[in-house]
Amino acid sequence: MTVTTNGSGVSNRLLDLVPTAPAQQTRKDFTSDQEVRWCPGCGDYAILATVQGFLPDLGVARENIVFISGIGCSSRFPYYLQTYGMHSIHGRAPAIASGLATSRPDLSVWVVTGDGDALSIGGNHLLHALRRNVNLKILMFNNRIYGLTKGQYSPTSEVGKVTKSTPFGSLDRPYNPVSLALGAEATFVGRSIDSDRAHLTSVLRAAAEHPGTAFVEIFQNCNIFNDGAFDPLKDRTSRDDVTLRLTDGEPLVFGTERDKGVRRAADGSLEVVSADSPDVLVHDAGAADPSLAFALSRITGDTHGVTPVGIFRNVDVPTYDETFNQQIAQAKERQGEGDLMSLISGTETWTID
Amino acid sequence: MSEHVRERETRRLDRVVVRFAGDSGDGMQLTGEQFTSETATFGNDLSTLPDFPAEIRAPAGTPAGVSGFQLHFSDHDILTPGDAPDVLVAMNPAALKANLKDLPPGANLIVNTDAFTSGNLKKAGYATDPLTDGTVDPYVVHRVPLTSMTINAVHATDGGGGVNKKEAERAKNMFALGLMSWLYHRPTEGTVGFLEKKFAKRPEIAAANIAAFRAGFNYGETTESFTVTYEVAPARMKSGTYRRISGNLALSYGLVAAGELTGLPVYLGSYPITPASDILHELSKHKRFGVRTFQAEDEIAGIGAALGASFGGALGITTTSGPGVALKSETIGLAVSLELPLVIVDIQRGGPSTGLPTKTEQADLLQAMFGRNGEAPVPIVAPRSPGDCFDAAIEAARIATKYRTPVFLLSDGYLANGSEPWLLPVREELPDLRVEFATEPNHVGDKGPEFWPYLRDPETLARPWAVPGTAGLEHRIGGIEKSDGQGNISYDPANHDKMVRLRAAKVAGIANDIAPLEVDDPSGEARVLVLGWGSTFGPIAAGCRRVRAKGLPVAQAHLRHLNPFPANTGEVLRSYDKVLIPEMNLGQLRTLIRAEFLVDAIGYNQVRGLPFKAAELAGVLEDVINQ
Repeated sequence: MTVTTNGSGVSNRLLDLVPTAPAQQTRKDFTSDQEVRWCPGCGDYAILATVQGFLPDLGVARENIVFISGIGCSSRFPYYLQTYGMHSIHGRAPAIASGLATSRPDLSVWVVTGDGDALSIGGNHLLHALRRNVNLKILMFNNRIYGLTKGQYSPTSEVGKVTKSTPFGSLDRPYNPVSLALGAEATFVGRSIDSDRAHLTSVLRAAAEHPGTAFVEIFQNCNIFNDGAFDPLKDRTSRDDVTLRLTDGEPLVFGTERDKGVRRAADGSLEVVSADSPDVLVHDAGAADPSLAFALSRITGDTHGVTPVGIFRNVDVPTYDETFNQQIAQAKERQGEGDLMSLISGTETWTID
Repeated sequence: MSEHVRERETRRLDRVVVRFAGDSGDGMQLTGEQFTSETATFGNDLSTLPDFPAEIRAPAGTPAGVSGFQLHFSDHDILTPGDAPDVLVAMNPAALKANLKDLPPGANLIVNTDAFTSGNLKKAGYATDPLTDGTVDPYVVHRVPLTSMTINAVHATDGGGGVNKKEAERAKNMFALGLMSWLYHRPTEGTVGFLEKKFAKRPEIAAANIAAFRAGFNYGETTESFTVTYEVAPARMKSGTYRRISGNLALSYGLVAAGELTGLPVYLGSYPITPASDILHELSKHKRFGVRTFQAEDEIAGIGAALGASFGGALGITTTSGPGVALKSETIGLAVSLELPLVIVDIQRGGPSTGLPTKTEQADLLQAMFGRNGEAPVPIVAPRSPGDCFDAAIEAARIATKYRTPVFLLSDGYLANGSEPWLLPVREELPDLRVEFATEPNHVGDKGPEFWPYLRDPETLARPWAVPGTAGLEHRIGGIEKSDGQGNISYDPANHDKMVRLRAAKVAGIANDIAPLEVDDPSGEARVLVLGWGSTFGPIAAGCRRVRAKGLPVAQAHLRHLNPFPANTGEVLRSYDKVLIPEMNLGQLRTLIRAEFLVDAIGYNQVRGLPFKAAELAGVLEDVINQ
């Protein structure tokens, strides 16, 4: 067994430090022997199948992959993957994963969380994981409801949501998770849909290849407590009219006939116009300034009749763990390996015979 | 300076307690530390007690803003920072007001008369000047115009061209230090060197401070105010090489050492909190030892990151104080369930809630013991002196890694900031704590070799530690109850009952792997045992000495391990007629002792934010013995 804990690869990006699998791995290699216990019809099954299908292609040896989750339906995810995993406590997965990722640059560390886990009880940890840019991939399953506690409204539920805890309708305004992540200085922000395997795979692949924290919001259907929350985006006949697929370097156009586009309005926000309008914007996920990404995050089904999916932002900046381990390596290089007894003795000693 | 040097008496003392007191901004801690450094170099035994407000700059000139530093030094081994000062240096009226009540009649009082202005008297709450209204009559008062003499001395040296008046005035603490150094025959070379180094980038400031220091020393030599100087001979201590060390520094070094001894990289996840932050500061310096420090967004993330690092094969550590422990409780419970090593350092302070951030207390024992949901036993280790924090940290790491469990290390504010001479450890005598990770499957199932994460070592009941990156041992752990051995999720009632008992038995079994409780009873005739834990060791031992000096027998025992207790604890307690337990809480150890051993121990409890005084405990002991 080789465990690299001394941050030896100063010049490497972290991804280069994660050992690759000696042979092609298969979906079966990533499937644990545990019985999957989500409700029949849950969107989590589709996400699990996509992840199990995608991980072999990532090329990373499964023993170097770790999934860490919090509490909630989505957080059962690690049990079903034949990787290392930890099902931790409510909201704290980003903190625990940060400790693991910053101490073990040879691991590919993933966080699986939900809208309640990540945005409510664990909101603080999410914000700080994003700003630090630790090498973590955070998959947030957003079903806009509390599932495991049996149907209370969540921080992404729409205002007026009638649930068990809000029989007269919920009062608080929801978060827009993509806006939140961008506001927290996230370097990679994506969004996809549980049922769209090809799209989800492409977003996950880009997230995996991103050095630093990647945040992916996955619209996930809870067929028990909030069924159909994302139906307009899934309906084969209508989905192209209400989905703006973000593709880096491509014009921001959508519609079955690709007849609608997005441009800057006079006030700086974005508006939907005809696709042949001359000022339709071209998507630039790598822009250093997050303004366009943020403006795109404000486009929603409720306000604009269309929902963007894809990669909002993907910028390459130094990661926390890279710099963290560099400091260790540099200290050893400049000062030499520490000598315990000389440290303990200090500079002022006296001897008694 | 004057050529007129009078014959002066030099009195030999076996021990002295000095206290420096001034405004928070007067540099009293630095002054006290430097006087201590001189004293350590001279070879006295010593013990210190810094006492400062929680505010960084409390209102200047008020009693609330007074910062103090007490030092006890001697020609023999001592155990406490001293009950009452023999000499008090008061830099302003507020310092006098806040400290005079502790000064016994006849003690020396050095006051900075320049600071006794009507404005300062008012801020201190004095209606009349205590220097003239009879307040200080019971003391031997030395009236020193400290501020003006400092300014004159600094400007005489640099010709007025070095520093401005304000900077010159700021050197007055060094004048006081110079005077005290003269009064007690302290070596001065160290202080001059220290100032040159400290202000290396501002040589004019260094020169001003050195000028003030020398002026203070020479003032003592020339003034007629002091008719006596004092000598305290070096102490006869165990042979070896010593340094002076504070509890938090010793604890930090213990953690670095634990990393080397276990062969694991040290990972500290922490959030700043008084009085624990110094450990984060210290460990952050030692990157060349591979020590990683992660300043988290909150207490919960601090312990979360440490636990994540432990999962990855590091020695995970989190440092905090009582309020932080409350926030970390859920994660400690997770660590109990995951059965991963983790050291939780709690530098206790006055509580509840924010309480007294800079004052000491030992009232987190029951929180450490029981502050979690469910049956969640956690071993507890407590150091007894500043230097002992080093060994206690290593012991906490030993238990954590050997038994795969979170461990509490309960220090407190008194140990954290107090200092004493410390006999340096010998590398070869430190324990070998090397840890082995699991590398192979440990079970053969229907489909061949398997890895069972909860298949325990039959002796220690510890589970295997298989770290990510180990091929073939991929496994999932979590806070949901797991099946015995295999580690899969299990809601089976009998399995839960078994797992709860296994976790309890694992921690209880540590009793066989720790030193028995030792009793100190020189006479062998004691019928009263005084039992303590943590930082009360010094005051209790000093109290016992006083009582024994009067011919009264008393036995002392001090617990390093609070959970589990040493295997012989019950036997020891039951062999005495009376057991007295002094604690800086309302009887937390006593509660545990009564519950576990049915011994009707007597409590002596004070929560004043200060350590016990030796005389106070001696009085209590005498009462208990004579009852």
